[in-house]
Amino acid sequence: MNTQASLIFKLVALAILAVVPLTGESFYVELIAKTLVLAIFAMSLDLLVGFTGLVSFGHAAYFGVAAYAVAQLSPKYEAASLWYVMPASVGLSALVALFVGLFVLRTKGIYFIMVTLAFAQLAFFVFHDTPLGGGSDGIYLNVKPSADIFGWKPFDLDNPMHLYYFILGTLVLVYAFLTRILQSPFGRVLVGIKSNEHRMQSMGYMTFRYKLAAFALAGGLGGVAGFLYAVVFGFVTPELLSWHQSGNVLLMVILGGMGNLVGVIAGAFVFTGMQEVFSTWTKHWQLVMGCVIVAAVLFMPGGLAAVPGRIKRSLQGGGSNE
Amino acid sequence: MDFASFLIQTLNSLQYGLLLFLVASGLTLVFGIMGIINLAHGSFYMIGAYLAFVLASATGSLFMAILLGIPLALIFGAFLEWALISHLYKRDHLEQVLLTFGLILIFEELRSLLVGDEVHGVDIPAMFSGSIQLSEVLSYPVYRLVISAICIALAVALYFVIQRTRLGMMIRAGNHDRTMVEALGININMIYRFVFALGVALAALAGMLASPISSVFPNMGSHVLIISFVIVVIGGIGSIWGALAAALIVGFADTFGKVLLPELSGMVVYIVMAGVLLWRPEGIFKKG
Repeated sequence: MNTQASLIFKLVALAILAVVPLTGESFYVELIAKTLVLAIFAMSLDLLVGFTGLVSFGHAAYFGVAAYAVAQLSPKYEAASLWYVMPASVGLSALVALFVGLFVLRTKGIYFIMVTLAFAQLAFFVFHDTPLGGGSDGIYLNVKPSADIFGWKPFDLDNPMHLYYFILGTLVLVYAFLTRILQSPFGRVLVGIKSNEHRMQSMGYMTFRYKLAAFALAGGLGGVAGFLYAVVFGFVTPELLSWHQSGNVLLMVILGGMGNLVGVIAGAFVFTGMQEVFSTWTKHWQLVMGCVIVAAVLFMPGGLAAVPGRIKRSLQGGGSNE
Repeated sequence: MDFASFLIQTLNSLQYGLLLFLVASGLTLVFGIMGIINLAHGSFYMIGAYLAFVLASATGSLFMAILLGIPLALIFGAFLEWALISHLYKRDHLEQVLLTFGLILIFEELRSLLVGDEVHGVDIPAMFSGSIQLSEVLSYPVYRLVISAICIALAVALYFVIQRTRLGMMIRAGNHDRTMVEALGININMIYRFVFALGVALAALAGMLASPISSVFPNMGSHVLIISFVIVVIGGIGSIWGALAAALIVGFADTFGKVLLPELSGMVVYIVMAGVLLWRPEGIFKKG
């Protein structure tokens, strides 16, 4: 796709997402709002997996930390200020990621995958077992945060329409932010670390610091998604930090094609779409999902983002291999 | 804590640690020799426990269940390696993670379809159902001692096979340099298949042995999987001795953590892991 076509494609996709609430089908509006939240989550992980080459299998921890932070920071029966709880919960996620990063980034490859998983499990137990979390039942967020600024209310998160546009707006902002970051010298270094960390080191970059910054940033952005999730659903459970959640978001990233932010958003849609469709077929929809995953790995390397290229090549004929 | 209860906790730690070693040894061999990260390894533990339940109900004895279950697990492991895992050797870790994550979903749902979602118990074989009196009120079940003894025997056997036999030599060589082993005319694919099947059988055996004490329940594999990861991280990838030492460390940390720090019981093991990572990021027993 050339740049102009891709820009038009993105604008059309955005326009379609923007008119969804106008249909008034509240079931689909909520489903797509949830998908957009997951898309933000998947983009945050893509910064690590797709651009920096760090396969984190514990990304749900940062999602969950922010979600729990909203629930804990909000007073029980009145609204907290959005302008306070959002930065606070996102900041907390980034801080936790920074701390965990100090440990996990000392490892590489298979170790890194296992250690990120183990730390996420530690976070799971913190919310599952200590008074911070409210046990396996979780906590309710009775009142959604309010957007009041000195008595002026630009929008109201209790209104599903407003909430939807708030999420869509956040998605666009996160996308723009990540795109900007990746074009900056900082982002260039991350991509360099992915392709050859030793070379970056011999060029004089302190790669550990760059990786740590990326890890904390991804944790913070994952926190943005976790914050929105708690606001949309109004309750949080330890399941948000479970390793299935980490696996699912990794799946979205890979379905969409790593290192491609638009692809990853598409991956989130395909994932929730599959989940919805399979669960109408059978109670045992995870069986179908598992088979799809196994088949996708065996027969579709490169994810959805690689499909147009493959079709193109096969249409052009002439044995041009990858 | 008086002496008798200290003794009981120590024996429990040993038994838990040794059982974890059975699961983790397969995991670390598959990592170290084949370079495969296998998330479905915990499922083999779950499958073992359910095999024990189904076969013990059919045959009426846990002995028979284990005798039948081990060859079944070996065949199952060899089949999986042939059908799926063998396609992953040249892929990156991410794809291995995904495929084996898919396998977990498949195994759990098949388990739910075939056996259901209820919690089941398995009877301790009558021969070992007694317990040893340690003090007036405290006693220790014989079956747990039997588990420890079986695990120790298997650890010794594993050592013997890997360090003292021709097959073990080939496995160690494969760990070192796959291409060279192939060049010497050894069928490395068969070695891989054997190692994977062995790992599956060890994990399944652990599940079978544990079934009378832990009972048999859905998702029992996932906790064991993550703890086994922690063991491999602490012990160092590919090191059997590292796995044994780390499994015992984890067994003690978890058991005594539950007694001494009940509030933090779920976390103690992970805190130990974090400490090891700071001290030796490659694991305690990783050479060079």
